[in-house]
Amino acid sequence: MKLTGEEQRMFDGEAGEAARESMDILVALGKIYGAERMVPVTSVQVSGVSYKTIGDAGLDYLKSLAGKGAKTRVPTFLNPAGMDSAQWKEMRIPEDFAKKQIEILDAYATMGISKTCTCAPYFIGIRPKKGEHIAWAESSAVAFANSVLGARTNREGGPSALAAAICGVTPYYGLHIEKNRVANVVVDVKCNLKSIADFGALGMAVGKLAKSRYPAFHGIKAAGEPALKVLGASMAATGSVPIFFIEGITPEYALAGKPEIIVITEKDILAEKKSADSGLKPNLVTIGCPHASLDEIKDVAGLVGARKPTCEFWVCTSRKLKEEANRLGYNRPIEAAGGRIVADTCMVVCPLEEMGYVVTGTDSGKAAAYLPNLCKQKVAFGDLEDILYR
Amino acid sequence: MAPEVDMVFGARRISRGKASGPALLSPEPVGFLGGVDPKSGEVIEKNHPLVGKNVAGRVLVFPHGKGSTVGSYVMLQLAKNGKAPAAIINISAEPIIAVGAIISGIPMVDRPGLDVFSIIKEGMMVEVDGNEGRIRIMGNERKKEKKDLTR
Repeated sequence: MKLTGEEQRMFDGEAGEAARESMDILVALGKIYGAERMVPVTSVQVSGVSYKTIGDAGLDYLKSLAGKGAKTRVPTFLNPAGMDSAQWKEMRIPEDFAKKQIEILDAYATMGISKTCTCAPYFIGIRPKKGEHIAWAESSAVAFANSVLGARTNREGGPSALAAAICGVTPYYGLHIEKNRVANVVVDVKCNLKSIADFGALGMAVGKLAKSRYPAFHGIKAAGEPALKVLGASMAATGSVPIFFIEGITPEYALAGKPEIIVITEKDILAEKKSADSGLKPNLVTIGCPHASLDEIKDVAGLVGARKPTCEFWVCTSRKLKEEANRLGYNRPIEAAGGRIVADTCMVVCPLEEMGYVVTGTDSGKAAAYLPNLCKQKVAFGDLEDILYR
Repeated sequence: MAPEVDMVFGARRISRGKASGPALLSPEPVGFLGGVDPKSGEVIEKNHPLVGKNVAGRVLVFPHGKGSTVGSYVMLQLAKNGKAPAAIINISAEPIIAVGAIISGIPMVDRPGLDVFSIIKEGMMVEVDGNEGRIRIMGNERKKEKKDLTR
């Protein structure tokens, strides 16, 4: 690989041990993926934040890296943690878990990383522009940044994202290169998508078929950011789709030669919803996977203010939007209806299984895909008007 | 049987350092999370060809990694517990093992110039040089030499 003077300096250890180790990681990845050089990145999103996902092994790694004097060179923020750092006790997060989680967050903060803890940084003003190179790690944020914003990132892992943050560069391969940003499978949607759950079901179905390919959707007439967010998240959960295209909606749209065509009908959407749904009444409904936008919180406040749900519910979002929602008074109808706005975490990365919940409701295809294995939950999947009132 | 004199051939550098040890070969991919006990270095994955064997101090030869990305961190735990492999030779490196080797200070190379599975046998003394990209199969006349653990 060709390195610039500054990159070579880091590789040679002149910028400290942490930078040397990080540049070693980036060079090794560059070799593995056939990159000829590095490209500077403008922001980094690091995954591997919840104690539940990285465990003691991950915590040891972060402490050792922070101990080597690691500092980030570009704005860097975190994926959700395993708990809401302000209300973990009320939420019955086990104390040992909380202690480890705080150690993880502190290790990241020592490296200069902002404790934003959100999978939807694009809802708190972190919106890289079309063509901008970034190194993001959370799979749904990767799909959104590539597809909806037109920014350029591969699906980073925890250590490779951290290495990019410490060195300010990432290997130039894959989705950083314009000619690779081309759909290689077509999804022809032959029905109307009426709700977020419909987009989630579409994403679950397509993710399984597309696997790691790049789909181009035909037949989707309109889709707002919450719908696109759930579509991308769901495809990245049941498959590993890092980018998708919708003619007339996404900023980029390119299609290769003669790709396979997948046809999705109303019957497929209904079948997907049915197979993800246990049909049970949930103990807890979780909204905001990926994290809810301010408009989504407002909509929930309106819904539950008009009719009180028959179960406990959370609206998961970033700390910043929770504060904004409280300022605007959206928390009042939510709390009056037995719900809470939960910040920094989500239903997938918090220890739900240790908190007494058995059946969890969601309208996100991503949460529906992960809740059974990661949280040992039975899933109630459907539109909010359904699952909140079963 | 080990060759009479040293046999040296090239490989691609992945992780710095130079170390040697007796070879341990797995024809199957290795996953460290749930596959290797970080406290003892013992392979614990059921039905794995290496199950019951210990990776500590060995030059571990396998095609590539598999499983969870947390496996990289498990390699660091092994190193901290003094139970890490001395060095790693992969046929084709992927990110989990490459990152794990780098953060744990385990010398590693991939794409060896010769068919390591046919010429290296379990227990042969092998040296991996991750700085120069070289694999050395130590000949009988060097067998009693001390292990070089510099990195």
